[in-house]
Amino acid sequence: MNICQYDRLHPAWRTGAMLLCAVLASGCGSQDKSSRVEGGDPERGRLLTQQYQCAACHFIPEVQGTNGDAGPSLQYMGRLSYIAGSIPNQPENMIRFLQNPPAVKPGTLMPALGISEQEARHMAAFMYTLK
Amino acid sequence: MNDLQSVLHPAGADAAIIHQFTWVLFIGGTLIFVFVMALLALAMRRQARPVRPGIWLFGAGIAFPVVVLTALLAWSTWRSAQLAEQTSHKAMSISVTGKMWWWEVRYRDPASNREIITANEIHIPVGEPVYLGMTASDVIHSLWVPALAGKRDMIPGRVTGLTLRADKPGVYRGQCAEYCGEQHARMAFHVIALPRAEFDAWLARRAQPALPADTTVLQRGRDAFLAQQCQACHTIRGVTDVPPFSQQERIADTSRLGPDLTHVGSRREIAAGTLRNHRGTLAGWIADPQAIKPGVFMPPTPDLDGETLRAMATYLEHLK
Repeated sequence: MNICQYDRLHPAWRTGAMLLCAVLASGCGSQDKSSRVEGGDPERGRLLTQQYQCAACHFIPEVQGTNGDAGPSLQYMGRLSYIAGSIPNQPENMIRFLQNPPAVKPGTLMPALGISEQEARHMAAFMYTLK
Repeated sequence: MNDLQSVLHPAGADAAIIHQFTWVLFIGGTLIFVFVMALLALAMRRQARPVRPGIWLFGAGIAFPVVVLTALLAWSTWRSAQLAEQTSHKAMSISVTGKMWWWEVRYRDPASNREIITANEIHIPVGEPVYLGMTASDVIHSLWVPALAGKRDMIPGRVTGLTLRADKPGVYRGQCAEYCGEQHARMAFHVIALPRAEFDAWLARRAQPALPADTTVLQRGRDAFLAQQCQACHTIRGVTDVPPFSQQERIADTSRLGPDLTHVGSRREIAAGTLRNHRGTLAGWIADPQAIKPGVFMPPTPDLDGETLRAMATYLEHLK
């Protein structure tokens, strides 16, 4: 029986079932909002993006400061198919690219900034919120 | 709270005096305002008592302001006399020139008596009064470090002075306080107060020429710097002042159009407090300064390939 069909239940059970449904529903919601990157915190990623001053080259609407145009805009990074125009936009690729861009895409303008794997994870999580 | 640039967190004698003025005027003004509003409320009551106009006109209208303003004048005259004297007869002088939109800072090396030129950071020893001899090379700027002292204008063709004294070591942010054009808001700097020994070591290091480019990447970066003719506006001591560049410099001293980059990698920030200093921001700045600070004199460099640009940024980052 579907637990959410609670019309004929005793009021106390009904209240309990409603609460359970609410909890389940909110669980579903938060799963949607959680990041696509395992172990990555988008908010910490946003702060790291600000600290590394990625906006010196990229336009990032959520990051304060300058809006350089040496690199492409990151406004829709989360829904682009490719990173740097040639690498499939998947979390693992994104994390590798952020740590050492020239190693992943030789010839890129983007330098390796000494970003750690964990930092790259947070930053990648943030990138996927840019849609 | 961030007290990096705050008039409410004085870190020097002058700033403490200005801070005290502020609170005395603010609290005194508030008390008088509340008193007047209370009188107004009393006057607007129904069945108000008649008052004697003589007492209120002469007492509150004349005697009260005369007493308060005279006391304030006497106190502020006495207190402001304690502000550091504007004189160049100090043990240490630093020259600061305001430019659109950055700060050129010059020291004299006590060992060789040669000039050391840097930018956007004023290092001073803690607890000692330091005289800043100031001017501007283009328009009027104004130097203001709220935590240390009042502001003072920098005027082309004139030298003005300011005495700074920081009582505790730290980094204090300063800002241009006179509207000077498009990037006025991005014309910041830092005053870094160090214990005397650290300051001396810092200054001795600044007197050295630039670090040699001893790896392939660094050589590539240095060669790209020269190939791009960056030395037309920037100096890297030990690199741009050897032949054939020394000849060129004697003909026209244009090398001060942009900041001296001899030790650029050791600075906290680039573009006058706009970006944190590392190879990423350096690369972004070299590629397109106009996007970051529209209107700066430095042109964009759209013709560098990725590897060369990264090498150049790495080279500049390495100049510590």
